[in-house]
Amino acid sequence: MCCNKMSEGAAAKFAELDAFIDGLGIDRNDERRRGRLIQVLHRAQAIFGYLPREVQIHVAKKLYIAEAHVSGVVSFYNYFTTEPKGKYCIDVCMGTACYVKGSERVLQEFERVLGIKADTNPTEDGLFSISALRCVGACGLAPVVMVNGKVYGKVTPAKAVEIINEYKKLG
Amino acid sequence: MSAFNAAKGKVALRSTDVHDINSVKKDILCCGGTGCHASNAKELMDNLRKYIKENGLENDVRVVQTGCFGFCAQGPIVKVMPDNVFYVQVTPDDAKEIVESHIVGKQPVERLLFMEPMLKARVKDYAQMAFYAKQMRLSLRNCGLIDPEDIEEYIANEGYQALAKCLFSMTTDGVVQEVLNSGICGRGGAGFPTGLKWKIAAGVKAEEKYIVCNADEGDPGAFMDRSIMEGDPHSVIEAMAIGAYAIGAQRGLVYIRAEYPLAVNRLRFAIDQAREAGLLGDNIMGTNFSFDIEIKLGAGAFVCGEETALIHSMEGQRGEPTTKPPFPANIGGGYWGCSTNVNNVETYASIPVIIRKGAGWYSKIGNWQPEFDENGNFKRTISGNSGTKVFALAGQINNVGLVEVPMGTTLREIIYDIGGGISGGREFKAVQTGGPSGGCITKENLDTPIDYGNLSKIGSMMGSGGMIVLSDKDCMPAMAKFYLDFTKDESCGKCTPCRIGTRRMLEMLEKICDGNGTVEMLDELESLAKTITDTALCGLGQTAPNPILSTLRYFRDEYLAHVVDKKCPAGTCAKLYTLTITEDCIGCTKCKRNCPVDAIKGELKQLHTIDAAKCIKCGACIDGCPKKAIVKK
Repeated sequence: MCCNKMSEGAAAKFAELDAFIDGLGIDRNDERRRGRLIQVLHRAQAIFGYLPREVQIHVAKKLYIAEAHVSGVVSFYNYFTTEPKGKYCIDVCMGTACYVKGSERVLQEFERVLGIKADTNPTEDGLFSISALRCVGACGLAPVVMVNGKVYGKVTPAKAVEIINEYKKLG
Repeated sequence: MSAFNAAKGKVALRSTDVHDINSVKKDILCCGGTGCHASNAKELMDNLRKYIKENGLENDVRVVQTGCFGFCAQGPIVKVMPDNVFYVQVTPDDAKEIVESHIVGKQPVERLLFMEPMLKARVKDYAQMAFYAKQMRLSLRNCGLIDPEDIEEYIANEGYQALAKCLFSMTTDGVVQEVLNSGICGRGGAGFPTGLKWKIAAGVKAEEKYIVCNADEGDPGAFMDRSIMEGDPHSVIEAMAIGAYAIGAQRGLVYIRAEYPLAVNRLRFAIDQAREAGLLGDNIMGTNFSFDIEIKLGAGAFVCGEETALIHSMEGQRGEPTTKPPFPANIGGGYWGCSTNVNNVETYASIPVIIRKGAGWYSKIGNWQPEFDENGNFKRTISGNSGTKVFALAGQINNVGLVEVPMGTTLREIIYDIGGGISGGREFKAVQTGGPSGGCITKENLDTPIDYGNLSKIGSMMGSGGMIVLSDKDCMPAMAKFYLDFTKDESCGKCTPCRIGTRRMLEMLEKICDGNGTVEMLDELESLAKTITDTALCGLGQTAPNPILSTLRYFRDEYLAHVVDKKCPAGTCAKLYTLTITEDCIGCTKCKRNCPVDAIKGELKQLHTIDAAKCIKCGACIDGCPKKAIVKK
């Protein structure tokens, strides 16, 4: 199994995931076990940070579902990612309210300063990754940026640089 | 029932009719919605509690975290009751002054009162705020009033009384008929009569039935469902129980976006509380009606707002839609093949009010016209417009937030009276309603009463109620491009018209916005758009061309400016203008320092110039220029 992308402590993470799945009481003869898949993938992504192939295969086996089906579901939904994210994940809201308030310029500034594109690999030092989100529902604060869940409102390109520097200092 | 006894008088101080600053007992309501949460609302509450304790007032003054007040542009919001004093943009540092000046000294803090943009004066009393004066808050009735994490506060404000009324004094048919007579139509977008949906589901003979709440609010720019779940989760739970009773379902499911963590938590918490209080589970309120609710998390797919796609997603599959019939209510069409009824959050939130106050009362709100058959039975709604609708106002408007108005309110009232007009003193251009599936409403239609029928007549749609206000600095082809980029991403790929068609339309719009379009391209775009409308499998594809068709209809001249003159009149399409510095430049060097790519040259107190080859048109120079000397040409 290709594990070079997995961080240390993978075994503990798999154990945590298994404990969760075992708690669901999956019955391989029950067609409705499939209904648990998205819930399990949510938990897996919370544990691993992303859903690499080996995690998908593991989930498929535990739920008695075809690997292709799991992969199909993972690739269908935006929330699931098969690539690791940076230590600081910068989510730029690209909902309509943020868009008309200039979020595109904000996103471009993050991409330019960090030298990476949204929804691709993190920066080389692994510190930052950028995602373009669809509406977090905080339209009163548009344009909105979230860094690891912390919300920044009314962000300008200049403020984007400040945000990056704030997290660079933390390392 | 202990919860009902404990609830008595819990919200007694919160009537909007009382304005009593001398009351010793006070409730300080603080907004705990996502927007205000992000602006340090928690720290603010901690500080308020600290100073209240310091002043020995903790037995008389309570700090309550409520749901969203809807006035998001001015958050964090604090409302002091029974004084009815409304504070805006409150920071944690303001807590001391609020407690010492207002609570102890009975003197409201003047500088934190809302400045009414039209009056240019600070408004002391909540009732005088134009933002709220024209609203009629039914589905948002508890948002900003009760603590969403306390079931007793919900009960104290007539909560679960509608469920009790159904269980003890109404037949299942009676409930269906009441909802039917109310005329309420699906608030999620399509506007199908809710009562009719319930009637169909109730008529299916089956052992196992499901009732589903569609909380997959995907329209970017609409956040009423989030607000209701965060601010009043029990109203959704109560309504689902009523629906389950009416159609004969035993289980309920809420399909909710994973992007709304606060709403998920509040809902989860509320379900647990309802179970504990005997309002969910076996033998609810001692009757033989049993019902329980489970939460299903979505995973970020716009198409899952379509009910068949939503059901597939709940079954752990890709959220792809299937053709109807079979409808979800039919056996074979719903969750695991069982008969299933799907309604939207806002629709559910209205149901308890309808049951409590009666269909007769509700159907007289708005401008609804029922049509009856020869036997006097309800046949259909002519334009389906009774009750109220929540709109999410966003974009270039002063009062960004959530507003709930009776159907038939005009756009002018919403934008100018409630919304406080266009921000930055700019000129109104259009409102985009219905999100990526809708269209735009222009100045000529500002006085059209807003309802389902009227909106579709003018080429837009109600949708979930997102209203994006656009000013003269917003480019309409660029807006269409933005929406198509969205639908292209969100197309599930199952049917060809949507999968390939949205991509082709987007490519054409990109060419137009980059100055590479032709006049013929506009006709081609229009014809392709109409083909997709006619041939796509589900609502997402069928409505994806709407932003294009609608902007072409009302703003063709703007498209022509892009393809013929190669100009963007609004000045947003970056490839169609260059930035230049005018004679007004005083040589302050601010733009030079702001420029991230060193494209600006010039010495102190000398006219500066921009190197067009280096310029990335980020606009940082424009934002910083004190003389407004940098212009787009």
